[in-house]
Amino acid sequence: MASFAQFGNDLYTGKRSYDFVGKKYLWYGIAIVMIGLALGITLLRGGFEFGIEFRGGSQFEISQSKNLDQKFAADTVIKEVPKANPRVTIIGGDSVRIQTDQLTNAQNDEVRDALAAAYNVKQNQVTASFIGATWGADITSTAIRGLITFLVLAAIVMAIYFRTWKMSLAAMIALLHDLIITAGVYGVLQFEVTPAAVIGFLTILGYSLYDTVVVFDKIRENTAEDGAESRRTFSESVNLAINQTLVRSINTSVVALLPVGGILFIGAALLGAGTLRDISLALFIGMLVGTYSTIFIAAPLYAHLRSTESAISKQSKKILQSRRNAAIAK
Amino acid sequence: MAVRSTPVKKAWRSLTWLLVIIIGLIALNGAGALWSGWNWVPKLALDLEGGTQIILAPKLESGQTVSADQLNQAVAIIRQRIDAAGVSESEINTQGDKNVVVSLPGIPDQATIDRIESSAKLEFRAVIQSDAAAVSTVGETPSPTPTPGESESPAPSASPEPEPSVSPSNASDPAWVTPALQKEFDNFNCADLDKAATNVAPADKPLITCEINGTLNDAIPDYKYILGPVEVSGERIKDATNGLVSNSQGVSTNQWGVNIVFDAEGAKEFGDVTTRLFGLTGARHQFAIVLDGKVISAPTTNAVITDGRPQITGSFTQETSKTLADQLKFGALPIGFLVQSKDTITATLGTTQLLSGLLAGAIGLILVIGYSLLQYRTLGLVTVASLVVAFSITYLIVTILSWREGYRLSLAGVAGLIVAIGITADSFIVYFERIRDELRDGRVLVSAVEAGWKRALRTIFASDAVNFLAAIVLFLLAVGNVRGFALTLGLTTIVDILVVTLFTHPMLQLLANTEFFGGGHRFSGLDPTALGAVYRGRAQFRAPSAALKGTKVASAGREAARRQTIAERKAAELEAAKSGTTSPRSKGKDS
Repeated sequence: MASFAQFGNDLYTGKRSYDFVGKKYLWYGIAIVMIGLALGITLLRGGFEFGIEFRGGSQFEISQSKNLDQKFAADTVIKEVPKANPRVTIIGGDSVRIQTDQLTNAQNDEVRDALAAAYNVKQNQVTASFIGATWGADITSTAIRGLITFLVLAAIVMAIYFRTWKMSLAAMIALLHDLIITAGVYGVLQFEVTPAAVIGFLTILGYSLYDTVVVFDKIRENTAEDGAESRRTFSESVNLAINQTLVRSINTSVVALLPVGGILFIGAALLGAGTLRDISLALFIGMLVGTYSTIFIAAPLYAHLRSTESAISKQSKKILQSRRNAAIAK
Repeated sequence: MAVRSTPVKKAWRSLTWLLVIIIGLIALNGAGALWSGWNWVPKLALDLEGGTQIILAPKLESGQTVSADQLNQAVAIIRQRIDAAGVSESEINTQGDKNVVVSLPGIPDQATIDRIESSAKLEFRAVIQSDAAAVSTVGETPSPTPTPGESESPAPSASPEPEPSVSPSNASDPAWVTPALQKEFDNFNCADLDKAATNVAPADKPLITCEINGTLNDAIPDYKYILGPVEVSGERIKDATNGLVSNSQGVSTNQWGVNIVFDAEGAKEFGDVTTRLFGLTGARHQFAIVLDGKVISAPTTNAVITDGRPQITGSFTQETSKTLADQLKFGALPIGFLVQSKDTITATLGTTQLLSGLLAGAIGLILVIGYSLLQYRTLGLVTVASLVVAFSITYLIVTILSWREGYRLSLAGVAGLIVAIGITADSFIVYFERIRDELRDGRVLVSAVEAGWKRALRTIFASDAVNFLAAIVLFLLAVGNVRGFALTLGLTTIVDILVVTLFTHPMLQLLANTEFFGGGHRFSGLDPTALGAVYRGRAQFRAPSAALKGTKVASAGREAARRQTIAERKAAELEAAKSGTTSPRSKGKDS
């Protein structure tokens, strides 16, 4: 990894530099296309596929079953409640999961007992859930309330900390980008939106802003150091800050993604659908997009927002002019 | 040396504080283990342990709301019902501002669930027959006739009423007691009150039930009653309060009583009841207050009360009078609960989920450790040690929260902890990268650590504040699982700051003074040469930049050439002021 350290050195000194700020319109374009795709395809596909917690219904699960015949499971349920409309999935290789339409509380217990008898297991080895349709709605409404409150508070905190609302604005736009794209992945691939996925989704809020704050702090530091006789324009200072924190951004996302990837792998490969997979999937996508958007959207957008300020644009013009003069003099 | 001793001293002080905190947490846990039978392991939520979780939503008519008081009373009533059913280790909490969550180990039978769901029903019935002595009395407020302290009305088991098949003329008429009912009453055992569904009867039918006193005071036996049909239903109660009883002169006696206020209809109904009962004797002098089919109090009638403001007196303490007043007030509320969700997790599935969660955590941790070592060489070990410290503190706090606050670790909580590995490690990365930046600028390690720390701490504080804000908002506004997740997220954020200030930074302060790190060993991860420290006098950066300019016409190349960092500036200054050899260690600039 010596080369990686060298890479870090070059980024730090400016020997190697990626022009993040200069190509801002390219990144904006990509972001708009991505958001458009996320929203468009989700709409075309008929919106999100909500989990049973949001639709309401009943769910039964027999773990470590030897009989994995889906029809057998469905027939057992239909025999008990003909209109149950069972959907059977095998998860994790040895568990049978059956979801049905909304049953009454009593029917729920009947089906559970019938399944226990059919699979020859004890009644308490059948996991049974009965979910009223309002449950998911309750969770969602509190989640949305939480989301809005957080966005407002975070914007204020950042504006105070960085002493400019433009950083807040840039960070919020990047955050919205992350949320829309992560939600879009669920919509496009028609993954089930479960309460666990909502939890993962909410965590992205914290993580995405967290990542942005780290980079913005370096930007603030670099641009604050620029005095009147700086040889760098504002945008160049911002770009340098992104480059200088690039190694940190890469290391951080790798370190953050590794455990989440671990959960995702365990959740998806060993357990099948469930809390772990749902949380980690949303997190995995959100963290990736969050790191990306800090570098490619939040920072360039901030430089862009500031570049119109008269002091900064005057300074930039002066620097660029003196460079041109120097070039001519040579 | 004098310059160096300060950070070292500070480092030891920080480490001592950390040790004090950890020992304090361990001691707290140990105290729990010694005196409360706590066993060092956090309690697990249902999804990891197996069991049944029932979420109840109140049945509300539009526009109707539930107050926190009512909800707490509902929780208390449901808890009594479940405890009465003999289910141990149940947990009943409120969720959000209107739901009640009931967690039970194993799978409860239908009877238990029915019991939970039914709404609290309060009713007043006249006593027809009893095997008990009344301990409380009811009179008017303020009582015109001073209430005798304990009106121990002799209540011998009323002799079996002989006349059957005569239609009863009023609610106290012994004609209600048919031979069959009498037989049932004789065989009725108060211990079976909760098991049998016997203590339910339609409002217009007599009811056999008990007043359970054994749970409160073993000295008082349980009383058996045959009660007449419902005469006044609980909805008629407008208010119920407890207070000290005052006598006819308005002087407070030192006795606690419960004051009831009926609405107009209730006042009339209650007036009729007392008018009738006042003239009766024995057990029929009493009326029973029945909550959920169980007698909570059966005072004797001391006066005819027509103003709808009766007062119940007897051997109440402040506490018991408060309980009765609450039961009368809230138990009377017609709030039924509807099962919103019912989730049964088998113990097998719970264990599988827990193990997978732990496995995922282990895999995540190993990957993070591997990556840190690869990126930061020996310095990665500091990351590993910091993570271990962070994990220990988090574990201890979660255990204490579980013990003191009843917090239960759910799968979402475990996921939150695993995610926290990444966020915690990030603070170290931010810090290490800052130190490296300072080294690149030509500082010696000791001062690079201090300077890097100052800058890194700001960043860490700012970013952790955002994370913490997210956790608080989620915790305050969200419900259920989201809340557990938010709690672990917030907790780990605080632990992160604690560990990075009290462990990671002091460790680096100490390590900076060692030959291995301070001398910039190849594997220390802080080798100035590998980091291209300009102070070594090479000042090569101008050259490649110039070369780049020559080869590339792209604006990016030019921009890079024009740009000058602190490192470059220092290099340039150094080049300008080059005089003889430079030794990086001796000329380390402390600023």
